[in-house]
Formats: sequence, structure tokens, C-alpha cells
Amino acid sequence: MESLMNWLQAQLADNSIFTLQTLSYYGDGLVTTVQLVFLSLIIGLVLAVPLAIGRGSKHAWIRLPIFFYCYVFRGTPLLVQLYLIYYGVVFVEGIQDTWLWVILEKPFVPALIAFTLNTGAYTTEIFRGAIKSTPKGEIEAARAYGMSRALMLRRIVLPSAFRRALPAYGNEVIFMLHASAIASVVTIMDLTGAARFVYARFYAPFDAFLFVAAIYLCLTFTIIYFFRHLEKRLLAHLKPASG
Amino acid sequence: MIDLHGYGPRLAEGALVTVELAVLSLILAIVLGLATASAKMSRNWLLHRLGTLYTTLIRGVPDLVLMMLLFFGGQIGVNMFTDWLYTQFDIDIFININEFVAGVVTIGLIFGAYMGETFRGAFLAVDNGQIEAGRAYGMSHWLVFRRIRFPQMMRHALPGLSNNWMVLLKTTALVSVIGLSDMVRVAAEASKATREPFTFMIIVAIVYLLIASVSEWGFARLQKRYDIGYGEAD
Amino acid sequence: MKKHLAFTFLSAAIIAGTAHARDDGSVRIAIDVPYEPFVVRAPDGELEGFEIDLGNELCHRADLECTWVEQGWDGIIPGLLARKYDAIISSMGVTPERERQVLFSIPYYNTPSVWITRRDRDIDIDDRDSLEGLSVGVQRGTIRDDYVTQQYRDVLDIRRYSSSQEVANDLMTGRLDLSFEDYPLADETFDFTSDDSEFKQIGDSIKEPTSIFGKGAAIAFHKRDGELAEKFNEALREVYADGTFDELMHEYFDYDLSLPIAIEQ
Repeated sequence: MESLMNWLQAQLADNSIFTLQTLSYYGDGLVTTVQLVFLSLIIGLVLAVPLAIGRGSKHAWIRLPIFFYCYVFRGTPLLVQLYLIYYGVVFVEGIQDTWLWVILEKPFVPALIAFTLNTGAYTTEIFRGAIKSTPKGEIEAARAYGMSRALMLRRIVLPSAFRRALPAYGNEVIFMLHASAIASVVTIMDLTGAARFVYARFYAPFDAFLFVAAIYLCLTFTIIYFFRHLEKRLLAHLKPASG
Repeated sequence: MIDLHGYGPRLAEGALVTVELAVLSLILAIVLGLATASAKMSRNWLLHRLGTLYTTLIRGVPDLVLMMLLFFGGQIGVNMFTDWLYTQFDIDIFININEFVAGVVTIGLIFGAYMGETFRGAFLAVDNGQIEAGRAYGMSHWLVFRRIRFPQMMRHALPGLSNNWMVLLKTTALVSVIGLSDMVRVAAEASKATREPFTFMIIVAIVYLLIASVSEWGFARLQKRYDIGYGEAD
Repeated sequence: MKKHLAFTFLSAAIIAGTAHARDDGSVRIAIDVPYEPFVVRAPDGELEGFEIDLGNELCHRADLECTWVEQGWDGIIPGLLARKYDAIISSMGVTPERERQVLFSIPYYNTPSVWITRRDRDIDIDDRDSLEGLSVGVQRGTIRDDYVTQQYRDVLDIRRYSSSQEVANDLMTGRLDLSFEDYPLADETFDFTSDDSEFKQIGDSIKEPTSIFGKGAAIAFHKRDGELAEKFNEALREVYADGTFDELMHEYFDYDLSLPIAIEQ
């Protein structure tokens, strides 16, 4: 380990920008970005499943609010949503005196809320599309077995919809990773935040931003690879037999 | 009535900047997209590779990072080029990469990559027999493109195009981060100065929703036009 | 500043503006807006403030046609290096790091930096251990960013903002525990010297080390523009000598931030 550090230090000795200190900014930034994106995707996903089912409900009082939520969050820029939530929460009367403030005070949670609501809206639409395109035969078969609505949803409709939604959802994950770059606007030191800091300190735009672009590129490829692998496994039955 | 604290006119100017930015980037994106689609479908090995490299790289990096790279670094790069022009050919020009140019070029570049995919899919969807028929009539390459391939391709490309436009529209908000006074920036400035975050940002959100709704309607009409002659067939 | 017509903007951006804009006596000056009371944009879009008045006065004396260019702090030095404008008049402190990039005029004013917190908070800035986990807001890429990064990186949660106004807002709403600010800006924004202000200064005003805080604020130029810098230096000496500087200063400040010693050199 120590020899590795020595080697690193020797490599970095002849440049003034990528010192161990600035690299540690990028390292911390990477952790923050991954945390932020991963958490918002997971919570957004959990949120989206019931919403996607409710979106196709017969009752207008369930269907319409969900439609409205999706319409607003998909129709406006994430940046506007982030501003509204980050600067908006402080104007909730008396919030500074409650326990909530302890977590909302830091920029991480408001950003997480904005990102979650945003990806939740997109994911809801993706799932809704997938549920709607469930082959009629599958539903008829489930009915013929005498399955209840809930059981049918759980055993037939959702698993089949998840698989069909996979490619679109993979795009959403990449989209979210890229969208998370705006977290630096509310002072979060994510990857882009680290790059902006290094840039402002050394006035070296190419070094600061090309380096971070390369990291994002690696992350994107990892996600693409992961989803390809997943699709191959889960969608194998949809492939032509000869292929 | 809502009190805008005198920011009304600047907010309107900001909205105009947003729309101009979006439309100009869309035009650039369509041009780049058509070029990329042709490159990717070309039999030329190098063009094909270049097209793939472009779409992969662009779609792998966040819009904001690309924008900052272009805005902060682009000027230095461009200056190197104009300095070289000056020393080599005595041509003295200065190209100013301001926030607006950086915004249009970045958004155009990014969505050019997405458009490329959309157009490629759409071109491939045009029935080969149609093209052969055109050729049999003695149409030139260009005429076949203009009369047959392009209109039919557009029919297939419109849903993707409309989708890209919606995403592009929202992406324009990022220029506020590099300092261009689009409506998001004006609203952010106004809400910080007046300490009323909701008033201005909600207006901006509504304007975005309005633009999106209007364009949705516009695209539906376009689709109808390009669908003429297909009515029941689909 | 015709920000409203982006189309003309774009076409103009590509054809107009040769590299030698100064030959006809026109100078483009960059400034980071807002930075009260040095500069602020009125709701109607006009720029006003101490540095605007001072800058216009200097241009008038040097017989130059000046236009102001609004530029975020992030990109203000690269923008100068890239010849987007010819000078920066934006409360820029002279530091060794910046001197490597740009040519500075003689410093024309100097102000300390101060720690600001809410009046009801009890924070001892000299007791490092008690600072653990507190948040401090600074503007990214400023000398104050350098200072807290260098001295407090391991104890304070440093939040970097694009503009000074965002820092002020987040301190007001209680999102930040501390803010490390330029004295005049803090005075204007928080009015911390008056008794009924919600904010107060803690610890001493800070001007040391000079390796970070420099010798005061100066106008920045492209390295090769020594001639232009000399014109501004001349004008600076003039406004100092005939009392115009003091006059302008008292319009905006009720304390002295002038730097006569540097000017006399």
C-alpha cells in the first residue's frame, strides 16, 4: 500500500493540478455522486410501482393526481425543481425549529428529494407503458386460472412489465447520472462540484473538466454493461429461437 | 395580481432567450443528426467509426460538464486556432464563445447525437422498394432523397423528434449555470434578491409546461400531415 | 449590454470584435454581479454601485470608451486570458497565484474579511475543536475560499457557492452556521455592526496571511497590456490626488477602505 502511494506521489510530482489533494476531491465527489444517484433511483423505483398501477386506475381521484404529478415533473427542468425544493423548504413556516431541519439543512437531502421525485415521475411513465402493453393472452390465461386481481398483478403483470421496461429504465438510470451533475449548483461537492472547484483554483478548464468527463464516461459504460447483461438474462425468452 | 417586483420585463426577455436557444439548438441538432445518421449508414469505414465515436462520447458525459468544458475551455481552443490563422494566413478574426454560443453549440452537439439515432432508425424503416421505384423513374440521388426518403423518413422520425425536442427544451435550463440570462437564471436572481423562491420559479415552471403543451399540439398536427396516405394501414 | 436580442448576439459574436478592440479606445470591463455595494443590477437591468462609478470615472479620465461585461466569478480570469474582455474591475484581490496569470494595476482599496454568524449563535472561531461539523459558506474561487480551504478543511464543512448572494441567503435562512465574507459586502448584506441586526461578527477581521489575502483589490489586465494598465494607474493616481476617490467612497461607505500608500508608490 505504501509503495503504491509512493508511486502515485512520484507520478504526480511533476504536475501542479492533479495532486493527491485534488484527486481526493474527485474521489469524494465520485462517492457523493454515486450515493445521490443510487439512493434517488431506488426510492424513485419504489415510488413508481404503485403509482404506475394507480395511473391506470378506474377512479379519477387516483388517476388524475398521479397524471398531474408526472406531467409537472416531466414537463419542467430538474434544475427548476431543485431550486424550488432547496430554496423553498426554508420558507415553510417554523421548519428551522423542527427535527426535520437537521437533515434538510444540508444540501444533500433537498437534492435527493428533487432527484427522487423527478426520476419517480419518469419511471412511473415507463412502467405504465410496460403494463399497458402486457399481452392480452397472459391476462386471459391468469383469469382462466381464477387468479384474483392482486395475485395476477403480482405474479403475471408486474414481472412481465418489469422485463419489458428494462431497456427504457436503463436509459433512465444513465439520464439520472448525467442529470445529477447539477447537484453542484446547490453546493454539493459531487463529481462536477469537484471539477468546478479544481477549475476555479487552477484556471485550467481542460484538465478539470476532461478528467471528470472521463470518469462519467466510465460510469456510463458500467451502467450500460450492467443493463445489457441483465437484459440478456431476463429477456432471453423474447429472442428469436435461432438467434 | 402577483407582484413581480419589477422583474416582469426581464423575465419575459429570459423566456425569449430560452425559446431562441431551444430553436437554434434544435436546428443545429437536426443538421448534425442527419449528418450522423448518414455517416453511420455509410459504407465508408472511417465515417461509420466517427459517427459511432461521436454518439458514444456525447451520450456518455453529462450535458452540464460538456457545456462547462465548451464554455470555459472552448474559447482557449478557438483562440489557439485563430492565432494560428493569423500567423499562417494573416487572417485576423476573433470568435467570441459567449454563453449563448456555448449553449447552442453544446445543446446542438448533444442532441445531434440523439437525433442521429432517431434518424438512422427512421431511414432504415423506409421501404427499399420505394427507393428502387424512384430510381427506376430515373430520379437522381438527391431527388430520391428529397421526394421519397426524407418525407417517409420524417413520418417514422417524428415521435422520436418530438421526444428529443421535449428533453432539449428542459436542457436549456442548464445555461443558467454558466451565466446566460435565460428565464431560469432571471428567476433565480429575482428570487434570491426578493427572497421569494416560489413566485418566480413557479411562473417559469408554468412557462415550460406551456411551451411543452404547445409543441405537443404542433407535433401532433405535423404527424397528421406526414401520415397522409397511411391512414388505416397502420 | 443588449442581452435581450440573442439573435443579434449570436451573429455579432462570430463576425464582430477583432482581437485588437483597444485600438479605437474602447475597453471591455468584466464584473461579477451582484456584489453589493460594489455592484448590483437594478430590476430594470442597469448596473450600479461603487465599482461601476469608479470604473466609469477612470475610463472618463483615461479617455477610454468603456463597456461593462457581466461575468460569473468562476470564469472571470479565463475570460480575460481568452480576450473576451480587456480588464476586470471586480474587487479582485492581488494574490501571487493570480499574478502569475494576469497583470494587476496598483491596488486601489483594501478590505479585511470577517466571520459572520447569527446573533443567537455562540461560536468561538479560535477554538478549533468546537468548530467540528459546522458549515461555512464562501464564494467559489475567491481568496476567502482559499483561506478556509487551507486553514479549516479538516474541521469545517465548506460549502462553495457561485455568487456571494447565495452565501448570504443561506446564512439568513439558517442553512449555514458561518459565512466568511468580504467586510463591505457583509456590512451591506447583514448590517452586522448595528445592534438590532440578526447577525454579528465573531473573531478578528482577517487580512493575513498576505500570501492569500494579497495587497488589496486591483484591476486585472492581460499580461501584454502594460500600456492599458498604465493608463488606468495614471487615472487611479488622479482620482486619489484630487479627492474624487474619497467622494465616491463616501457615497457608498461610512468607513475608509482607501489605499493611499499603494497609490503613492
